[in-house]
Amino acid sequence: MKFDTIIIGGGLAGLTCGIQLQKSGKKCLIVSSGQSALHFSSGAFDLLTTLNDGTEVENAVEAVSKLDSNHPYSIIGSKFAHYAEEAKNLLNESGVAVVGSADKRAYKITPMGTMKPTWLSLADFSHFDNPTPFKGKKVALFSIAGFLDFNTKFVVDNIEATGATVKIINICLPEIERLRTSPTEMRSSNIAKVFQNENTLNALLSTLKCNTNGFDVVALPAVFGLFGPEPVKVIKEQIGTPVCLIPTMPPSVPGVRAQRQLRSAFERLGGTYMLGDTVVSTKVDGLKAKSLYTVNHVEEPLEADNFVLAAGSFFSNGLHATPYAIEEPIFGADVNFLEGRANWFDQNVFNKQNYMTFGVDVDSTFHIKKNGKSFENVYAIGSILSGFNPIYEGCGGGVSMLTALCVADNIK
Amino acid sequence: MSLDNRRDEFDVIIVGGGATGAGTARDCALRGLRVLLVERFDFAAGATGRNHGLLHSGARYAVTDGESASECIKENMILRKIASHCVEENDGLFISLPEDGLEYQAKFVAACQAAGIRADIIDPDEAKILEPSVNPEIIGVVRVPDGSVDPFRLTLANVIDAKEHGATVLVYHEVVELIKEFGKVIGVRVANHKTKTTHDYYAPLTVNAGGIWGHGIAAKAGVTVNMFPAKGSLLIFGHRVNNVVLNRCRKPANADILVPGDTICLIGTTSDRVGYDEVDDMRVTAEEVDILLSEGEKLAPALATTRVLRAYAGVRPLVAADNDPSGRSISRGIVLLDHATRDGVEGFATITGGKLMTYRLMAEWATDLACKKLGVDKKCTTMVDPLPGSRQNDDLAKGKSFLMTTEQKSSVHRHGELAAKIPSENIYDNSLVCECEDVTVGEVKYAIKELDVHNLVDLRRRTRVGMGTCQGELCACRAAGLLGEAHDCSQKAQKELANFLNERWKGTYPITWGETIRECEYTQWVYSGVCGMDKMF
Repeated sequence: MKFDTIIIGGGLAGLTCGIQLQKSGKKCLIVSSGQSALHFSSGAFDLLTTLNDGTEVENAVEAVSKLDSNHPYSIIGSKFAHYAEEAKNLLNESGVAVVGSADKRAYKITPMGTMKPTWLSLADFSHFDNPTPFKGKKVALFSIAGFLDFNTKFVVDNIEATGATVKIINICLPEIERLRTSPTEMRSSNIAKVFQNENTLNALLSTLKCNTNGFDVVALPAVFGLFGPEPVKVIKEQIGTPVCLIPTMPPSVPGVRAQRQLRSAFERLGGTYMLGDTVVSTKVDGLKAKSLYTVNHVEEPLEADNFVLAAGSFFSNGLHATPYAIEEPIFGADVNFLEGRANWFDQNVFNKQNYMTFGVDVDSTFHIKKNGKSFENVYAIGSILSGFNPIYEGCGGGVSMLTALCVADNIK
Repeated sequence: MSLDNRRDEFDVIIVGGGATGAGTARDCALRGLRVLLVERFDFAAGATGRNHGLLHSGARYAVTDGESASECIKENMILRKIASHCVEENDGLFISLPEDGLEYQAKFVAACQAAGIRADIIDPDEAKILEPSVNPEIIGVVRVPDGSVDPFRLTLANVIDAKEHGATVLVYHEVVELIKEFGKVIGVRVANHKTKTTHDYYAPLTVNAGGIWGHGIAAKAGVTVNMFPAKGSLLIFGHRVNNVVLNRCRKPANADILVPGDTICLIGTTSDRVGYDEVDDMRVTAEEVDILLSEGEKLAPALATTRVLRAYAGVRPLVAADNDPSGRSISRGIVLLDHATRDGVEGFATITGGKLMTYRLMAEWATDLACKKLGVDKKCTTMVDPLPGSRQNDDLAKGKSFLMTTEQKSSVHRHGELAAKIPSENIYDNSLVCECEDVTVGEVKYAIKELDVHNLVDLRRRTRVGMGTCQGELCACRAAGLLGEAHDCSQKAQKELANFLNERWKGTYPITWGETIRECEYTQWVYSGVCGMDKMF
């Protein structure tokens, strides 16, 4: 099989790159081994919330010049604002309706009920322009009895700490109770599947309507709309009061939905998405990649002019750690990491962790390298890159999308 | 004397909630003494919970210390009867590799027999059938009655029985001062870690069962107990590679015991002298991990490719023989010091040295001394009285009923017949909190209500929440929610969650590569990235 570009990895970075290339008429293949970081995201995309020295960022467009030269944003350089705008447009065009802008920080609510700075939020879930959106408000929080991945008490106390009053109302529906017969089934995505049923959703709506009088905000765990925006739209239309959906512990229903929408957009544009397949070997001629083989295509070479490595970091197996080194398993590309395991980790789990900044070394056009020399036609994008700390700097989503768009431009 | 003061008076105060302290509290309570047990953190938080969990046959000590070996085998047989829910009767093999030769084996078998330990030389081929994971290069094998013991359960069972017999138990209470009158210890001043207040309790005898921290407690009485903190590091693997305990048949050295226990197996130990300033926060170094792995592979080659789940270290409370102030002749035997005869300090005794295996015997000695001093004539019965959890030796206690769900089997395995106290009537209680270890909401509630659980780390010691493959990825947050509800304080529960995640991290970062780094990255994404907990405290 022959393609213009083969993208390894079907998460946010791979899909963004694939969509952009398909739009410009290229024929793309995405090989995806399964879940990506989107599946446990909070339904929002971060661009840059904190600098490496701890400075909080109000305006990412202005702050980007202060980053180290090896940061992916520094490699993108002056087109940062352009790609940030393009990323937002791409999401909206793909059916992932988002709000937010690169020059002003917005806020998202966490599964703990605290607020965190962010960039783009899913328009229909919840988005905030200030960190105390509930101040002085009366909030009705509907919780699903016994759903342990939504910590009602933490959410209530943290919202009340910002000067709101919260009343908890328990939802008990027989359809939900049925999930409980198996003790492991009470998970956000399963609950969302139950609410796909119109009758169940209507039963929920009547409970909501009976209990929302006199409240300023209706808050619900984000367990609606796994397959599309419909259930959330119905809830918002039927409840007169503003509705706020609060993310749960993983899996993230809004994240899974965004992943599905992006994949559909890619496929609508004519892209090929191989789900559940994993690259096992590559054929490389000097510094030029020719083809690759996967678990499901052991004998049939998958050929392309260009290859994009969007395989994610450790979690997604884009990077492998041995006790002594960090490796990139598909091309054996050069990896930037610190020698000595003692330098990889901080003893406090909540501090900045060096290992998060490890990743493949790239040149100024995001080509990966081997023994210091750039590949001719292999690029890396997203969290497999080095030089940034997605958690500490709050930039994981932005790096994925912006590097993907930059590389798509380089390939076009 | 007012009634109020009488509540603060006991016959004996025991300092330290490890196996020895809990065992002594139980024995004293069974013999009718009014007991106060004071522990500064949680039960089994020190050396008790930081070892192999090996039910020693004593074979390991047979050559070097015949007395310890014979104590071990006697206690081994007793624990199988009185603590059946804490024990796995796995058996053990002492293997000789080509590099070891067979010379030691002959000496070893003779010494075992002298100590009363059954030691059968078996054919290496038979051993490979008995334990397929064993290094196929073995040239000699001896089979001994080793096993596994869960130190958390064992300690807790002693506490439960002590309380059933009237003992008062204070956790998160630290002895800050020994109250003295005319040179005699008459009680303890105790600081409550939660309320930050102090309170005085009185008893004619205070027993120091503080393990390595006993050195500091003795110092408060103005007496010196020469202890030698020896750090031992261990690694936990993600599943049971072996079902039979594997030992190297050679002079005891680094990483020569591989013990299966519950869902995992563990290798240890290293041995290094450390300073007292380090004993409160033992961390495993990269070098120790490398030694444990390279030696461990020689016992079972599969360890080279098995995921390491966690690294941890404990401090052995080794004691120097009294006649040797230099500390060169260190004993692993039991040391009972009556400070009245030894140092002229009445009302104070120290029970130390020994091993987890001999905790019951240590308790018996300490209680005998207490009874003698208090003029109580009661015989020890702990060698025959089963512990709570091991009293109903039927299918339920063994977790074999075919009618039980896997969650029920897990809880019975952990709590024996006491599992009947776990609420499982309604559907909410049957929801799973920890999927790795099959812990239900009901079991968590039971532990919080009845087993002195103050935080998530305590809960882990009672129920294995967060001890499985994912090391607390999602169960930590679920359990924190339940703790917050039970204590009606979500601020505290959120702090507890942060502490728990750091406690798990302490054991994972030394071994974070391969699958573990994937798991860690995921956990940090969830709690710092998604939940924003990195900015909360």
